[in-house]
Amino acid sequence: MLHALIAILSLQLLGEAAARALSLPLPGPVLGMVLMLALLIASPRFAALIRPTAQGILAHLSLLFVPAGVGVVGHFATLGSQTAAIAVAVIGSTILAIAVGALTFAAVARLTGARDD
Amino acid sequence: MTDFAEIWSYLSQGPLLWLTATLIAYALGDACFRLAGRNPAVNPVLIAVALLAVLLHLTATPYATYFEGAQFVHFLLGPATIALALPLYDSLPSLRRAVWPALAALVTGSLTAALSALAIGAALGLDGTVLASLAPKSATAPVAIGIAERIGGSPTLTAVLVILTGITGAVVATPLLNLLRLRDWRARGFAVGLTSHGIGTARALQVHPTAGAFAALGMALNAIATALVAPFALSLFLKGVP
Repeated sequence: MLHALIAILSLQLLGEAAARALSLPLPGPVLGMVLMLALLIASPRFAALIRPTAQGILAHLSLLFVPAGVGVVGHFATLGSQTAAIAVAVIGSTILAIAVGALTFAAVARLTGARDD
Repeated sequence: MTDFAEIWSYLSQGPLLWLTATLIAYALGDACFRLAGRNPAVNPVLIAVALLAVLLHLTATPYATYFEGAQFVHFLLGPATIALALPLYDSLPSLRRAVWPALAALVTGSLTAALSALAIGAALGLDGTVLASLAPKSATAPVAIGIAERIGGSPTLTAVLVILTGITGAVVATPLLNLLRLRDWRARGFAVGLTSHGIGTARALQVHPTAGAFAALGMALNAIATALVAPFALSLFLKGVP
């Protein structure tokens, strides 16, 4: 647990530092995720070390969005008279993007024979 | 004996009270979700946020005070993003076989997210700043905010739109994809992560491990794609607008 936490935080630190140093358009944690994936592939022993802690953090991933969500409520007032139009744009585009993305994935998977098994 | 007001004023200033309240609110939201037979419309994040917003309002607690406690939960978003490498690693054989479907869905999904939001927004008369804040809203929050700042959006508004997009996706994905009769967990997860970033990925992980892994992949890839797609999409809509 201790070593897994150290590994996770160090990779985030590394990701943050690299993102700043190279002024990449990606956030540090996303870069850290890519580094973590590389390490997991490189060493199954490392994967076994990380697994319990990573699963623990991910078990309640939704919980981690609650503080930001509460922050959003305070800003509803700033939407003002445009609230309804913004809501329609957000909900409409979210539905369309999920549908188009999933249908494209399934169609190309069928064409290329990239079946899931 | 110290009276209640004194105890309250002591506790309400420290991080313990609001950290505990955040966990309890989420536990209640999660209990509702389970009681409702894991119905996606009963979203635990939405319930927890509503409960806490009412509580903060009733106790006249400023968000800054709340966040002193909640920051410990919020901080874990970074480590959790790193931890998402684990489901990706576990699904590696399946990811390797899905390179083309994933890239194709990335292009169409990312373009649809930005273009349809802008088309609807422009048709309903939203102004340029709001449109610029709408364009990157499917990317994970720090990426979306960075892009919005570059293209003339408002960082605060973008943060609001990102969270709303996440919750909308988490709520609509299951019924929508069932309606489309899509049974491929890879397609379902990828589209949800691409469109609704971390909140969508959290929802996908609840549903199926393969969907969760592909959602994490979709989120990561769309963080990159949105940096290119959002400025392009916005340029199509701001032509002629001074």
